[in-house]
Formats: sequence, C-alpha cells, structure tokens
Amino acid sequence: MPDDVALLLRRAGFGPTAAELAAARQVGYAATVSAKLFPPGPDIGATMAPLPQLGPDPYAGRPNPSAAQRAAADEQRRAQAEQLSRWWLDRMTVADHQAAEKLVFFWHGHWATSITKVKSPQLMLAQHRTIRQAGDVAALARAMVVDPALVHWLDGQLNAKDAPNENLGRELFELFLLGIGRYGETDVKEAGRALTGWQIDLAGERTVFDPRRHDRGAKTVLGTTARMDARDLVDLLLKHPACPRFIASRLWFRYASSVAPIPPEVRERMAAHFPDPGAMLRALFAEDAFRATAGTMVKQPVEWLVGAMRQLGVRPGNAPAETVSQILDGLAGLGQRPFTPPSVGGWPSGAAWLTSAAAQVRLTLAAKLARLLDPGRMTPQDVAYMLGIDRWTDRTYAVLRDASNSRLLLTLALVSPEYLVT
Amino acid sequence: MDLVTRRRFLLASGVAGGTALVGGAAGLSLAELLRSGDREPAGASGGPAKVVLVTLYGGNDGLNTVIPYADPAYRAARPDLAYRPEEVLRLDDALGLNPVMGGLKRMWDDKRLAVVLGVGYPRPDRSHFRSMDIWQTASPAGPVSTGWVGRWLDGTDAPLEAAVSFEPVLPPLLVGRSRIGVCVSYRGVSLPSWADAGLVAALGRAEPGEPEMQRQAAAAYGDLLTMAQVLRETERPGTASDAALDPPDTATGTGGSNALAAQLALVTRCIEAGVPTRVYSVSLGGFDTHAQERTGHEALLKQLDDALTTFVTAMARTPAGRNVTVVVYSEFGRRVRANASDGTDHGTAGPVFVLGPSVVGGLYGEQPSLRDLDDGDLKASTDFRAVFGTVLASVLQADPAQYIDGYRGSPLPFVRTA
Repeated sequence: MPDDVALLLRRAGFGPTAAELAAARQVGYAATVSAKLFPPGPDIGATMAPLPQLGPDPYAGRPNPSAAQRAAADEQRRAQAEQLSRWWLDRMTVADHQAAEKLVFFWHGHWATSITKVKSPQLMLAQHRTIRQAGDVAALARAMVVDPALVHWLDGQLNAKDAPNENLGRELFELFLLGIGRYGETDVKEAGRALTGWQIDLAGERTVFDPRRHDRGAKTVLGTTARMDARDLVDLLLKHPACPRFIASRLWFRYASSVAPIPPEVRERMAAHFPDPGAMLRALFAEDAFRATAGTMVKQPVEWLVGAMRQLGVRPGNAPAETVSQILDGLAGLGQRPFTPPSVGGWPSGAAWLTSAAAQVRLTLAAKLARLLDPGRMTPQDVAYMLGIDRWTDRTYAVLRDASNSRLLLTLALVSPEYLVT
Repeated sequence: MDLVTRRRFLLASGVAGGTALVGGAAGLSLAELLRSGDREPAGASGGPAKVVLVTLYGGNDGLNTVIPYADPAYRAARPDLAYRPEEVLRLDDALGLNPVMGGLKRMWDDKRLAVVLGVGYPRPDRSHFRSMDIWQTASPAGPVSTGWVGRWLDGTDAPLEAAVSFEPVLPPLLVGRSRIGVCVSYRGVSLPSWADAGLVAALGRAEPGEPEMQRQAAAAYGDLLTMAQVLRETERPGTASDAALDPPDTATGTGGSNALAAQLALVTRCIEAGVPTRVYSVSLGGFDTHAQERTGHEALLKQLDDALTTFVTAMARTPAGRNVTVVVYSEFGRRVRANASDGTDHGTAGPVFVLGPSVVGGLYGEQPSLRDLDDGDLKASTDFRAVFGTVLASVLQADPAQYIDGYRGSPLPFVRTA
C-alpha cells in the first residue's frame, strides 16, 4: 500500500522528498523497513554538514570575569549557540540516513536537557556528540549519567556525599530508564548517593570524578545492596525488566501514538530487541498497530520544518544567516527550538502543538520558507506531490486553487491541516 | 478534540509533560469568552463568587516562603539558605514572609491574606508530575481521570465558560467526565501582513470526516482569526515582554508558565467584563530550585508577589472583583535540610495562600515541627482536600463531599460567606 510507505517515511524520518518516496515505493514497505531505514556505511548527504567547531567556551578558564568580560562572553556564547542550532537544522535536512537522524532528535527529547540552564554551547554539543555516537540504549545511558550537560542540568556537579542532591537520580528512574511507579523514595535517595562525586570540567568539556566527594558506602537500590557508583547504578537499572518496556513505550509515544497506549504485545516484541533502538523501531514499524495510527499524530514543529525544507529543496546551510535566525525564532515561537526543551520531561506532543498562537507563527514561518525558492508555475497537485500529501480535502483544494501565486500556494499548503498531521 | 479523545489523551499522559491538553481545545476563543459577559450583567452584587487557582510548578520551598524564623532548627538545617529573623516580614513571633513579599505582607496587615500551614497529603509522592496530579485530581489514593474542578463542572452541568485556564496547556484540574474547562492563549495575535483573512478562514473550516487531529489543526486557524479580531477591537492587556518574564535559570524546567502577570491581567479583564466564569486557572513555573536556590527563588516569589498584588488591588475596585478569592499552591514543599548545592530537594508539606477581598486573614492549621520529621521531611498538618473543599463549599457553594473523595469535616473559615 503506497500510503503505508509514505506513513513509514514520515514517521521514521523528518519528511521524505518525492524522490525518496518513489524509491521506497519501488522496493515496498517490508524491504524498506528491513533494509533501507538504517543502511550500513557512511551517510553521504550528512558529510555536507560535519559537526561544527565552536571554539572554546568563553567562560572556560576564567573563574572571576569582570562585568565587561562577562558581557562579551555571553554574546560569544549566544553566537555559538545559534551556530550550533543552525548546524543541527542543516544536518537534519541534508542527512540521507533519515531514521538515524530522527532517532538523535528522539534521544534529545528523551534525555531532555536545555541550554537555558546549561549555558555552555560546548557542553550541549558534547552531549549531542554522545547521543550520536552511542552504539545503543545501554551505552547511551552509561554515557549520559556522567554527561556534563545533563549533570549540570540536574545539578549533579553539586551532589556530594555530605548532602546528596537527588535531582539526577530521581529523573534517571522516572523519566530516563524505568518510568514512574517502578521504584520507591528510598531508591531515589540511595541512587543520589551512588551518583555523588562528579564535577564539571568546562574547559575539558567533560565531567571528572572526585573520589573525596563520592559516597563510598553501601547503597540499597531496588533490593540490591552494593557499593554502587554511577556506572553500577545505571547497569542495575538497565537490567531491570521494566527498562526495555519503558523505552519501547517512549518510542511508541513519539513514533506511533502520543494518545493511545502501546499494546502490550507490541511492547514485548519491541522490548525483545533492547538495547538496539534501530531494531526496536524496525519491530514497531512491522506492526499492524503502527500502521493503524495513520492520521493521528501531529508533526512536532521541528519535524514539520525540516520535512518542509527537505521537500522544498532548501537548506539552512545555504540560507542567509538572518533568515535562519528568524527560522530559529519561529521554532521557539512554536515551542520547539532545538537544544531548548521546556522541561526535563521533554517536548509536548499531539494537539498541544495546535494552538492558535502556533497557527500564527506557522503562517509567518511557512511564508519565509516559500520565499527561499522560486517555485515557478505550480498547481495544487504539483504541491501535493512535492510534499508527499496523499490527497487534499475539498476545503484545502479550494483554498490552494484560489491562491494568486505559487509562493502563496506553497505557503498555504505548508500550513494546511493535512500537512500538519501524519 | 471530542470528549472521549480528550479523556484518552489525558489517561495516556502518565509520563511527564503529557499532562498537557490543548489551548482552544474546547472551542472557545477569548472573543467568545468576553462576549459571554454580556449575558450576565454583574450589577451591584458583583455576581456569583469566583476563584482563581494559582499553581506554582516545580515544588515551592515553603520554609523559605513562610519562614519559621524564630526556630533555631530552621537555621541549623539550612545555614546558607536560611533568612535571619531581622530579614523576614513578620506575621507573628514565629513565622514571617520572605523579604521580597511586601505586597502580600500589606494584604496580611489588611487581614486579606490567609495562610494555611503545613498542607499536604498522606504518603507523599516526590515526582513533580505525579504529585501535581494528586493535587489537581484531589485523589491521593490512586490515579483518576478527572480533576476536582472538572467533577464540579460535571455535577453542576456547568456551561462551557464556567472554568477557564490561561495557561499554555489545559491542566488536569479542569477535566471532568462530560465537561472540560476551556484553555485560552494569553499571547496577543495578529496575522502576517500578506495573509488574507479570507484564505485563513477558509483553511480553518472543518471538512466532514477528516481525522480528529486534522480537524483541530483547522480549528486553530478559526480561533486565530477570532482572537486577532477581538484584540484589535479592545485594548491589549498589560502583557509584559517575554524577556522580562524569563524564569531564573537555576531551576530544572518542570512545567508551568512564566507569564503569571499576563495571565492575571486577562482574568482581570474577564471579571471586569462580567464573564460568568467561576473558576480560573493560572500558573507560574520554575520552582524546582535544587541549586543556588536563594536568588532564583526570590525572583520567583517577587514575580508572584507583584502579580498577586496588582491583581488583588484591581479586584478590590469593582463589585464583581470583591467576590474573587485567590488560592496559591504548589505540588510539594522541599526538604527541610539544604543539599550541598545551596538548594533543596523535593519535599512534602507547604503553605497555601488564600487571598482576596472576601478572605478572612490569619493563620490556619499548624506549622509542622522541624524536629518531628518524617525521614527528613515535614509532616503535613492539614490535608489539601480541606483547602479545596472549603473553596467548593464557601466559594462555589457546592457540597465538597460530592466532588472530593475522602473529604471530611467542616470548611475552614478563611472565606467570609454572605
């Protein structure tokens, strides 16, 4: 079924181009799932957007900056943060391995860390690199628990044996690895003790372990008593039977439905492939329950924007800096500026993206995108093909038919209800 | 979103951030809301009593809000975070308000501020998301799919506009089985100059048989146009700029808005326009102060104090306003002992503020002991259901036991009833 292939590519990546869609339809749904989503070898497209060089954090090695130094450093950080966000949007747009790229975005929302508190673009980039390079869920969890940006976001650098800070420990249970209800308050406090001793080395863009601040005593977590440290704690949680199921349910939440709960048998079949997230996703995409969610998910703003840029053939890397700046502000207005999740619980979902306030920002943003290209003469059918829309409703068709020029036609298509939902 | 879908949405929202419902979900725009005011001229009596629920997201540090300054154990537990006796704004010889809360102190002196002490619930849960659910659903025993205001909406067959939220997302508080409160965006709106209102309106029409989410995407354009129009017609509320309202960045984000003043300005506007809404829900986020708490917490309390003072002052001016009661609560307080980061971790009981022209000022309940602790946490002395039950009984003239499972006793006398 052609519709299923379009659904698959829209959910697995950010938004397929007409060419990608045609190629996938050629090989069919099953083959696309099994062989094409996570292809071996390097991502040729992505080589156009290599990881950026931000230079050092202006605050690194400057413990007591003067007011003037502080102002200059803040300005430099602002510019670096913008460079970083611009790069990521560009990378998402040019990457050929869309499923891998989308998964990076998923993990960013899962281990939701915001630069508004972390401040250092270098630490955010270091975390991003960690997400990209982790082999699987387990490796990622082991790296994240001592990731400098996450540690700073959840006050881990202040967590010492004399007075433990349990912020990071709690979220490790509740939001990152097990889900609520799988642990007790004592587990949280004990986990906090296991996580003591990590300090942030801003210049080195890493955390360092200070044994003097670490609580070396025995801790009892989820019934296991040992002299646990951060790594032991994470390994313990990864071995818990709730962990693979929790990760499966979070993948379902973002890839299949943020409304309907994951069917238990789907959850079990996905969990069987833990800790390989790609294999868990392939298992999900093979389910009838996945295809049955067609038309129920609202595109997240980043999915909407990056998908549109891919389909329009424009890329942030080639657009004027000022335009990209405005696009990033637009994403902030829609509630999803990369590197800035609103809470440690991650991005909102579903109908939460469909406020009238967002509708207004979307109109402006769509017009900005349409101005980046010269579309020539186009019909509503041409635009449907370009954007991978199965068919326009009578309502939208009538609106598009009456558009006085191609740019307006494209703009209206990008904001159409059909294009916002997958 | 139809009711069934919306309830499923809520039920599925077990994890963080998912407690979100949507702005405009119930299909009432600000314009329609303000227009509903025409139906019910307030008159000299000011119409029925109203409540404004202010939710502080993140877990407000109650001990540094209503400060037991005279207790040596307070200072001993948090030497670097504690306020000195001469700093606090004294309520009596044991308790004082945080120094930045001058407005609330004046209300206290005018006997318009009630402070309910040590409010919590049995077997405290320290997850932000679960604890907030407990407060909003008034069901500590286990998850339920309705909020206590939502059940009141159900029970009274309330009209659409009876409960309104000016938060970015609709809180579970306002979700009933058959009735749901309305979410209205507090931000101003205008169309881009190129956008022809006719085209946008056409895009906003529902298409028969289209998927629910698609229908809702379309509805947002309709709402946008209505609101753009009404905001052109009427004066813009005093919306402070986003930059000025940035929450302090010492806190881990846990939800809630950072534009309390803007939300309360809209409430003022609705009340002065005679809108028949009985329950308003607004919020302030950023209270998750695990580290370097003092500066960030003071900035938030100042924001709260300023917004509440402006609001209550405005309320005192009109007959309708004089029937308004404000209740301020948070999902939990914080640990008695400071952590090593000059902050505090998730705790239990905290104070609830009740204020407004018809409030009987004073202290209610008992300040929890700093010595008799439950594993380092305060023991709650007042069940939060007694506070919300009083709101139901004394403000909404309803039977608390009908809407709050496990409610016992008589209302606290903090609201003057006619």
